Amino acid sequence: MEELLKIARKSAESAEVFHMVSRRTTAQFEANRLKQIQTREGTATALRIVKNGRVGFAQASGNIKDQDVLNMALETSPFGYQVNFLFPSFQSFPQVEVFDPQVEGVAIKDVVSLGENIIREVCANTPGILCEGSLSRGTATLTIDNTSGEHASCRRSSFSVSMDGMLIRDGDMLYVGDIRSSCRPIIDHGPISGEIIRQLDLARKNATIGTGIFPVIFTPFGVAGALLAPLISAFNGKTVLDGASPLKDKIGQQIFDKSFSFHDDPTLPFQPGSTPFDDEGVPARKNTLVNAGMVEQFYYDLHTAALAGTNSTGNGNRNGGMPSPSPHALVIDPGHTPLDEMIKNIKEGLIIEQLMGAEQGNILNGDFSGNVLLGYKVENGAIAGRVKDTMVYGNVYQLLKDITAIGNDSRWIAGYVNTPSICCPQISIASK
Amino acid sequence: MKDVLFSAIAGQKADYIEIRLDESSSSRLTFRGDRLEEAGRSASTGGNVRALVRGGWGFVTFNSLDKLEDKVALAVEQAGHVGKEDSKFSPIAPATDVVAAEFKKNPVAIPLSAKKEILDEYNRLMLGTPEVQTTSIGYADTQKKVTLATSEGAFIEQSRIDVSLRLTAIASRDGDVQQVGLSIGSKGDFAVVENLHDEAKDIARRAVALLSAPHVKGGTYTVVLDPILAGVFVHEAFGHLSEADHVYENPQLRDIMVLGRRFGGKHLNIIDGAAVPGLRGSFKYDDEGTPATKTYLIQEGILNSRLHSRETAARMGEKPTGNARAINYQFPPIVRMTNTYIEPGRTSFEEIIGGIKEGIYAREWYGGTTSLEMFTFSAGEAYMIRDGKIAEMIKPIVLTGNVFTTLDNIDAIGNDLDMNQGGGCGKAGQSPLPVSNGSPHIRIKNCLIGGK
Repeated sequence: MEELLKIARKSAESAEVFHMVSRRTTAQFEANRLKQIQTREGTATALRIVKNGRVGFAQASGNIKDQDVLNMALETSPFGYQVNFLFPSFQSFPQVEVFDPQVEGVAIKDVVSLGENIIREVCANTPGILCEGSLSRGTATLTIDNTSGEHASCRRSSFSVSMDGMLIRDGDMLYVGDIRSSCRPIIDHGPISGEIIRQLDLARKNATIGTGIFPVIFTPFGVAGALLAPLISAFNGKTVLDGASPLKDKIGQQIFDKSFSFHDDPTLPFQPGSTPFDDEGVPARKNTLVNAGMVEQFYYDLHTAALAGTNSTGNGNRNGGMPSPSPHALVIDPGHTPLDEMIKNIKEGLIIEQLMGAEQGNILNGDFSGNVLLGYKVENGAIAGRVKDTMVYGNVYQLLKDITAIGNDSRWIAGYVNTPSICCPQISIASK
Repeated sequence: MKDVLFSAIAGQKADYIEIRLDESSSSRLTFRGDRLEEAGRSASTGGNVRALVRGGWGFVTFNSLDKLEDKVALAVEQAGHVGKEDSKFSPIAPATDVVAAEFKKNPVAIPLSAKKEILDEYNRLMLGTPEVQTTSIGYADTQKKVTLATSEGAFIEQSRIDVSLRLTAIASRDGDVQQVGLSIGSKGDFAVVENLHDEAKDIARRAVALLSAPHVKGGTYTVVLDPILAGVFVHEAFGHLSEADHVYENPQLRDIMVLGRRFGGKHLNIIDGAAVPGLRGSFKYDDEGTPATKTYLIQEGILNSRLHSRETAARMGEKPTGNARAINYQFPPIVRMTNTYIEPGRTSFEEIIGGIKEGIYAREWYGGTTSLEMFTFSAGEAYMIRDGKIAEMIKPIVLTGNVFTTLDNIDAIGNDLDMNQGGGCGKAGQSPLPVSNGSPHIRIKNCLIGGK
């Protein structure tokens, strides 16, 4: 890649090379049994150049010559946007721990046993359930070099476990599951099988809820699945710049309940979303998006920040293309209320664990609507059973403006979101 | 190349080994409002080895052909750790074939400047519409060659060209934000993304109209779906359940999905098939070398067949249908749909809506998903039907239902089949896979809709 930067420098005013090498081994389980072991090796290179003031971009993986990569970038640069920022020249980055050498040392047979132990406990609790999941461990090295003289390099490890259970009873399907990841080895199967068993126990009986307006509790899974997508879109500097964010002119205003604080924090140790720098080589930092209900800031990459007349917040990430603003690891501050207490205070209401189709609503506007894939009816302060054939409709801004309680039960969902349960006074429910 | 691949496989002890190589190159253009956000090119070469030993699979991906023998050996070793029984894998006649890319107006041969010019025109039309706040446009074309060599002696080279375009107009007023999109795709014909000026104007106009549209009240309605949305419905509400990998190791689901079970009325016929020519999900061989077929999933309302890979077919004692597909070399093939549609009937659109006192006409798609039992899918635009006529526009809706009962609630099937080529399907992290789906207009009784 030094070679690629060298030849790019000759044909362009400035250039940046992003390079990733990764290796990952995965054990896949199907129908309670080990089905497949996969090893994925990959290298990927992305070149961004500035030529005649315009950006050019090319990506390559595998056996592609440096000159061909440069030619592709040169081909696109006449059409690229006018570049109004400089590639960064940071020489130091925050210390963020994202590599644990022990991850590579975990034998694949131990990864397999972890999966088998989860499945054994879940099946012992609920005979007839079929588990499907994948457990993987891997390492990746990311390097960014640019003609401003920056050289940023980071080696990271990751270990992730996802396990889903499917139970069919009288033609009725129940889905439960858990997902956890870390930069350190996950050794204990207990919390994962425990979470799945908790869901199974709550869903053992069926219950029905009528059509109308009811109080609602979103569990951490419910928050991550139903409420986050509209917020991720609204705080994106690009959505704000386009004028399509409902929060575009709300900085400094009290839009959410006072109990609601929301950050992007890539500095927490050994979290998969953590990193010392973003994919453009800008130092990563904790950004508070909402402080006690007040909109504090949006998140930006270099290009969007320059257009908006502000600075990058270290959120230039690549999802298969050019960098664009996206969060690293979202954290909603926990409250003090135990989940049991939230439930105790509800006469009739709904707990949402998984919502299907939530992302199909008008996310820009904060609207969501979905079928409750996993949720429970609350009756007279206790969980009465699982609901089915139930649609909810809500708006994130209306829900989070008036929060009844925030839980003390924060947890990570897949390593990219940390959230407690949230209880809101009303949501619209339609059921059959 | 053929010799390199066959010699890497030779001498390994496995029940089945395949090596698949991908070579691809693509262009993309992305606009946000009047800003060209990304003009990018990419090229990639890579491959994988998949090995089957005693019913267990090993899978190894790589970016370099160096030491290919070691990668084959690793896949075989991994499969050996997994396998504990007899392998079951349906036999097929190993083919030797070269399939050239089909194209009419080749998108790859058109310069970026010409592509950008067309998108600029659409963008100007959308942005020129009052109250359109911004737009988003994503264009991509990909040229790809996939080479498959198997331990059974198959050697197949297939090339394809895929082109896709998504236009979105976003309107806003007093803090309300509404959007309308259009998705277009084709296997190798750039002409499908040309001359969409009227459509671009139309989606901008509809996005603005949505700002004044009321929300529908949540509840149960009679719903009429246009061919595009009905295509998404058949994909989500039945297609995924037809994928045998969900069924083959699940004894209870096997009982539910028994061939011969009635799912709908006699008028209902559902087909999937890559052998239906010229569509986005069409191909000659799937990624296990099985020739494409055309499969009646439901024939006259009765479950007739399902979608198979070679493994699921063998384990269920049925015939492979050529539905094992991988999105790229980083993934093993899994059971996927290709071109999925409801066969047209005889009812006219006027007859379909004629008898409805109060109902909903839902058009175009925004998204869809399924849990196998329940499905949800969302319309891009919707209208009330009152006294047999299309009435006021309402805000877009999300529809839901139960797979096992909803097909039986289809009580009218139109005569106007249309295929939607703009979609991409996601499953097990492999997204978006080029597929097409379609239907004529259909009417569904008792459909649950979320709303205020």
